[in-house]
Amino acid sequence: MTTRRFARQSFDLVGALFTGLTGLATLLILAILAVILVYLVSLGGSQVSWHFLTGGTDADMFDAQKAGIFPMLIGTTARVMLMTLFVIPAGVTTAIYLTEYAQSTALLTRFIRAAVNNLAGVPSIVFGLFGVGFFISFVGGGLDTLSGSNEPHWGKPALLWASMTLAVMTLPVVIVATEEALRAIAPGLREASLALGATKLETVLKIVLPNALPGILTGGILAISRAAGEVAPILFTGAAYYLKDTPKSVTDQFMDLAYHIYVLATQSPNVELTRPILFGTVVVLLLLTFSLNLVAVLVRARIRRRMRAAH
Amino acid sequence: MGIRRGHKARPLEAVAEKAILSVALSTIGVVLLIFLFVGREAFPIFFGHVNSAAISEIKPLPVAELDKMTPAQVQAYLGLSAAEYKSMERDTLVSLMEVRLEAAQEGTTDRDAGLNTVSWRYLLGSHQWSDYDHPVYVWQPVSKIHKYNLVPLIVGSLKTTFVALLFAVPLAIAAAIYVSQLARPRWKEWLKPAIEMLSAVPSVVLGAFALLVMATVLQLIFGYQYRLNAFLAGIALGLASIPVIFSLAEDALTSVPRSYSQAALALGASRWAAAWQIVVPAAIPGLFAAIILGFGRCIGETMVVLIASGNAAILSPSLFDPTRTLTATIAAELGETVVGGHHYRMLFVLGTLLFIVTFLINAAGDVVMHRLKRNLEGK
Repeated sequence: MTTRRFARQSFDLVGALFTGLTGLATLLILAILAVILVYLVSLGGSQVSWHFLTGGTDADMFDAQKAGIFPMLIGTTARVMLMTLFVIPAGVTTAIYLTEYAQSTALLTRFIRAAVNNLAGVPSIVFGLFGVGFFISFVGGGLDTLSGSNEPHWGKPALLWASMTLAVMTLPVVIVATEEALRAIAPGLREASLALGATKLETVLKIVLPNALPGILTGGILAISRAAGEVAPILFTGAAYYLKDTPKSVTDQFMDLAYHIYVLATQSPNVELTRPILFGTVVVLLLLTFSLNLVAVLVRARIRRRMRAAH
Repeated sequence: MGIRRGHKARPLEAVAEKAILSVALSTIGVVLLIFLFVGREAFPIFFGHVNSAAISEIKPLPVAELDKMTPAQVQAYLGLSAAEYKSMERDTLVSLMEVRLEAAQEGTTDRDAGLNTVSWRYLLGSHQWSDYDHPVYVWQPVSKIHKYNLVPLIVGSLKTTFVALLFAVPLAIAAAIYVSQLARPRWKEWLKPAIEMLSAVPSVVLGAFALLVMATVLQLIFGYQYRLNAFLAGIALGLASIPVIFSLAEDALTSVPRSYSQAALALGASRWAAAWQIVVPAAIPGLFAAIILGFGRCIGETMVVLIASGNAAILSPSLFDPTRTLTATIAAELGETVVGGHHYRMLFVLGTLLFIVTFLINAAGDVVMHRLKRNLEGK
């Protein structure tokens, strides 16, 4: 056995410095976050009015007095809602497999986990390329060939393909959050259900899933929040610079809040004049992602408390 | 699992289990599909089946000839595979013919017109192009001769990532140590989610903030020449990676059993000494994994660098010059390319490279995390 010598407890300059510096780092990060938020809100807050939220782009997209972001709000809402239709069933089922059915040591389980981790690390622009190469060219182009039309109906950027691309991207978010919720359920609950004669499937559907609902909700909310702010995956799969109309079907393109910010930041015809619209849109998007995240944090805190009580 | 009951619903159970398993397996399928379908467009370049030479040996033909040619002739003329030919609309073929004709007419005067610029020699090596007076590394897929050198983009990605990590790693790890080991439990409960809120700021918003606010402030402080550069993009990128690194590092530190630090405290160690001499060394693999996954996040981030890096695909060692990354190049150029053309394929080559790099980074992070878990469980 070797003995370690520890610094003395009495007074300790190094210790105070260590605690002080790490605390300072924490404070600095929070300060940066606060500065970003306060600054952006102070710049864009005054632009956000009822007219700005409900007005369209038909008057003039680049005139701060007239422009509204209603079509972008609709586009963003449509793409994230459509996304949840795909990602929640797939993500929740995968999480159920991983916690309820899989043997944690099996090679297959490790492969699935590795795939989920990998998916979480793939750059968002690569998802964009995947959307173009797979959904638009392969699936969409294939559907066009099957239906025998000369005009591309499916094989072009569309709301549907953007949502599916985002669903693939946010799959790990839903899986991880659902898994956490499933693990927080007391094992005794499952055992009691099985002991009463319920089958495994019945236990999962009637005991485990209802109890995990808040966690599944968290996963969905986090996925929506993540997807709402993403631009790279939708750049080439469905977002449009300007459209006269809001999308009428899933094969239409759409205007989008986050994409609008990118357009105004880089391709604005007059940077000075459109700056208020840019910051106004930023404030609306931030409001969206922050409130979603806040709800997720609160639900999560409740699940964790329950987990501590259960185990 | 171990309980056997003679229940009537057995067949349904088995079907349900198979169905659930197949959905779970689809996650592996998705990763394979991404590799296949991003790679599909890139493989012809990887294996040297694409020729981007502005003039080729085949005599250029007027566009009207398209209708008189057999599919085999069109394929040979445009250098397409049978599958590619089938997947293309007539309009695409016509525009490819036009591009071919134009290139042939303009390109004949240039001594570089016969070069296949998508061969590995020009993707990685320097070359003295006809409009330069010395050999250069340059990505310039415009006009008649498309220059596709990867080196400036790779260096650009590494430069911004380097700045980002230099800024983010010390801050995030220090904060993780503070939050997990030194802060009071009551503070810890809200400090962690508060810092993680940084990830609720979308990267396009960080990019816009960097472009309109940070660029001016940092230029005032450091007095460099170009408003938008690798340094600025790196700092903004650092902000995007802080929550990732912090969150993983904090998890790693918290996963070290309480008994470790309690034993040290009982032996008379102070709080910081227990944290620094016991908990941090035990969590080193996890901290390391947090850093490499942060690296992956930085390499793959698109919008921040697209907006704030200045977008100049030139090779420069200086951190204060405008720069261009792999991700930003894809985002900026894919919209202007002809589907199936060599420029389009080159952007998929960049995507494939990014996918492979992040795949390896994730695998490495996975292995390291696994090791940490095993060490802490004492197996």
